[in-house]
Amino acid sequence: MEWETVIGLEVHVQLATQTKIFSGASTRYGAEPNTQACAIDLAMPGTLPVANEEAFRLATMFGLAINADIGKRSVFERKNYFYPDLPKGYQTTQLDEPIVGAGSVDITLDDGSTKSIRIHHAHLEEDAGKSLHEGDFEQGMSGIDLNRAGTPLIEIVSEPDMSNAAEAVAFAKKLHSLVTALGICDGEMSQGSMRFDVNISVRLKGEEKLGTRTETKNLNSFKFMEEAIAMEVERQIDVLEDGGTITQETRLYNGDTKTARAMRSKEEANDYRYFPCPDLLPVIIDDEYIDQIRQQLPELPAARCQRFVEEYSLSEYDANILSDNTHTANFFEETVAITKDAKLSANWIMGELSARLNADEIAISDCPINPTQLANLIERIKDNSISNKIAKQVFDSLWKGEGESADAIIEAKGLKQVSDTGALEGMVDEVISNSGAQVDNYRKADPDKRPKMLGYFVGQVMKASKGQANPKMINEILLKKLNELL
Amino acid sequence: MHQYTIAELITGLREKRFSSTELTQHYLDRIHTLDKQFNSYISVNEEQALASALKADERIAKGESGDLCGIPIAHKDLFCTQGVKTSCGSKMLDNFIPPYNATIVENLANAGAVTLGKTNMDEFAMGSSNESSFYGAVKNPWDTNTVPGGSSGGSAAAIAAQLAAATTGSDTGGSIRQPASFCGLTGLKPTYGRVSRWGMVAYASSLDQAGPMTRTAEDAAIMLNTMAGFDAKDSTSVDEAKPDYTATLNDSLEGLRIGVPEEYFQDGLDNDVATLIQSALAEYEKLGATLHTISLPHTHLAVPAYYVIAPAEASANLSRFDGVRYGHRCDNPSDLMDLYKRSREEGFGEEVKRRILVGAYALSAGYYDAYYRKAQQVRRLIKQDFVDAFKQVDVIAGPVAPTPAFGIGAKSKDPVSMYLEDIYTLPTNLAGLCGISIPCGLTPNKQPVGLQLTGNYFAEAKLLNVAHQFQQQTDHHKQTALND
Amino acid sequence: MKHDDIIALAHLARININSDMVDDVTDNINNILSLVDQLQQADTDGVEPMSHPLDASQRLRADEVTEKDQRDSLQSVSPAVESGLFLVPQVIE
Repeated sequence: MEWETVIGLEVHVQLATQTKIFSGASTRYGAEPNTQACAIDLAMPGTLPVANEEAFRLATMFGLAINADIGKRSVFERKNYFYPDLPKGYQTTQLDEPIVGAGSVDITLDDGSTKSIRIHHAHLEEDAGKSLHEGDFEQGMSGIDLNRAGTPLIEIVSEPDMSNAAEAVAFAKKLHSLVTALGICDGEMSQGSMRFDVNISVRLKGEEKLGTRTETKNLNSFKFMEEAIAMEVERQIDVLEDGGTITQETRLYNGDTKTARAMRSKEEANDYRYFPCPDLLPVIIDDEYIDQIRQQLPELPAARCQRFVEEYSLSEYDANILSDNTHTANFFEETVAITKDAKLSANWIMGELSARLNADEIAISDCPINPTQLANLIERIKDNSISNKIAKQVFDSLWKGEGESADAIIEAKGLKQVSDTGALEGMVDEVISNSGAQVDNYRKADPDKRPKMLGYFVGQVMKASKGQANPKMINEILLKKLNELL
Repeated sequence: MHQYTIAELITGLREKRFSSTELTQHYLDRIHTLDKQFNSYISVNEEQALASALKADERIAKGESGDLCGIPIAHKDLFCTQGVKTSCGSKMLDNFIPPYNATIVENLANAGAVTLGKTNMDEFAMGSSNESSFYGAVKNPWDTNTVPGGSSGGSAAAIAAQLAAATTGSDTGGSIRQPASFCGLTGLKPTYGRVSRWGMVAYASSLDQAGPMTRTAEDAAIMLNTMAGFDAKDSTSVDEAKPDYTATLNDSLEGLRIGVPEEYFQDGLDNDVATLIQSALAEYEKLGATLHTISLPHTHLAVPAYYVIAPAEASANLSRFDGVRYGHRCDNPSDLMDLYKRSREEGFGEEVKRRILVGAYALSAGYYDAYYRKAQQVRRLIKQDFVDAFKQVDVIAGPVAPTPAFGIGAKSKDPVSMYLEDIYTLPTNLAGLCGISIPCGLTPNKQPVGLQLTGNYFAEAKLLNVAHQFQQQTDHHKQTALND
Repeated sequence: MKHDDIIALAHLARININSDMVDDVTDNINNILSLVDQLQQADTDGVEPMSHPLDASQRLRADEVTEKDQRDSLQSVSPAVESGLFLVPQVIE
């Protein structure tokens, strides 16, 4: 039997506001428990919400970036359910009249083709608090921290347009790149700034009707998302092939143990009893407001990619990689501004720098080397102060913080390339006199085979110079001296 | 001193005939002596009251005082008072001491008003008789076998028994006007959005509105001057210019068009009440007003619409009482579900639980359209009735309640009969208009009856003017329950 | 509404009802529902539901921190707090 997977995503994005969506408490990450939960966030009796202007501005930016209709009238509703991290006993969210309507996002697949993923809508809502299951408190209890309660979120709901984990991850990465480029979210997934719920179902190829879906909640890394999808697709196919049926359920994936299970607290079907929140009035925005935001939109990844091709003559492929992440793109442009060499800067960022970031699992925003330092390194390559090989050594030192700049490291470690003709001639003479047999072979060889044989002598000279000899000059001197012996 | 209106007390304080401290002590003494009979207070804050009276006296001495400086008042126990228990008449909040003040509490305190204590009420403001309080029923000072009305029954009884110069109340479906009628006082429900709801524990957020309960319309105007106003902390508070409500009290009523809705005088209206209302209307004609029969055709749907909308909103508003962050928590919960279910079972009284269940039902899957959505549509029809009526008339007059105060226990076993008490007051809340109840005489059984006047949006000044002129002409408002 | 419906509803609203009270509660709720069922008589075709008495729109707040840490004062009325956390019986996800 051949199976087909259908995937839709619900993405929670914490908006980069200073304060909560309905209170003036700070949203700063990492504070002591409940020190950023004010009376409104705790749902103390008699308290009332007042909506944060900035949350609407940021949500509108997202809507414009995905070419969606902006809800000129958006309405907050109460979604009723009891949970200790939900102080009011209802979540204030949007349902029928969200701030962002239907839109779409293009993703690039591995084969280079693009696919459009439709977004059903995106709505504003408040985040919940956190339940801690162990800590400095009585065993058998959970501790509730409501600092996160009331942090503004947009929940982006996609259509079920993805058909495998790779597409889902590409879509998730695209959204990440979009919201960070817009500056509406810090993108810190490890802090929960972006969380993904994945709806998965499978059906036989050719079948029209969708299979029963499950929802795997709260994935906060692309890697876990990929793993969770693969595992769930396999599970569903196994169940169906064994003649079983899929239960519609909410599941949790544990990325550390690589296991998944159904959520117990969601076993009973919930009746959320949505109704318009009487404490909040409809939010009305007009075309003028929307246009104003449109004009303030930063350059988005797609446009930036195009500009990189035109302005820096980069290949489509390189431009795409460099523009996808705002921090990478900024890093690139700041480097080029100094080096004036787009190709070499791009190569270093996509090559050595990316490899090192990946290996150490560091985001480029936390990169230990800044664009000025990298540019300095590249300039030393360009003016032949150092060879490519030495440059890698200098890069490594910079990464480890062994010096303030490439110049300082080159100076301190004496890595400057030897370009002094006298010194190089001395080294060449020494190599030639120590390599009688090779010189003989060279002399006897066919003239068209000789250039190939030059490599040996170059290597010896480089070795003698500890890699600091200027390779181009060595070549020239060697050729001259060997030819004199013919 | 307890017979004086606020207006008279202001003069007395300014002329140094007595100090706020003396006045406050006098009221505290009365509360201690008399309130056992009426149960109108849940808590009395003697020390705080005397401390603020002292401050008020200093302000008066320096000539820095506003109208309410030094006047002893009491707050319905759903207005949060910093450091003072705010129970909402519920076991759920029996241990709740708010760390903040309601905006109106703050406004009145800043004006120098002295808070004597917190008054009894139906639990979470759900009731029309003040029998659902965790702290026991309040008794009507006119006849302690009868109810004072509700839910602001304690606030009403406290004035009727002259245990405060004025009180605050809240009105979601008649909870200021109906007890004012039953207790022979003046009770104003302002336009929705006129008075901040910040710090007022919510029952039904789109209907709740705070207002003053006083002896006279003039006193209500003085209180409203301080209570009303825009509040950035309440999204539904309206940023509209606030007039001086005392400025137009003496305007002539010559040419005033009074609408009399035919639907308010049909089956179910007590004869004695009808008679008193008719004579009050005749009084208005003497003042130069003209009477116009009008129709508010959807009146009969107000009770059903209200008893969907208010419980629906309440069911969500009361979800926060879960035993986690404040309020009643059951002993030794076996698990989280037990914590929720038992804390709420023990903390809430029967009427509150009933309304939560009705509200949850009206919002639940499959019933939302038939109940909640339908009720919201009917709400618009009811509002439209008033919008149409106010094209023809300036104010609308009629009874506040179908009967005078009924006996304690008479309706408490039958929720529906209790709900029908609110038939004339609910439409005002559903539409969001302002309304006032003023005394219009006693029945042969010596029970007070109130006349209800309903005004257009933000027409409180007009309403108070119309009420004040009646009180200039009559002395129903001077009748007192106690003759001491 | 039957007994089971009331029990399910009470569960949804997280309220325990003693078994000897279920009859009473069911009767009362049914009486209330027959009262509100009068709504069905109303012709509401094309009438827009009204959620709010004034047809006003939401005023928005500037994104400025106005609330300081008040944890100690806010938790002074809490039934169970340890290490700054509100305690509840173990939450099972």
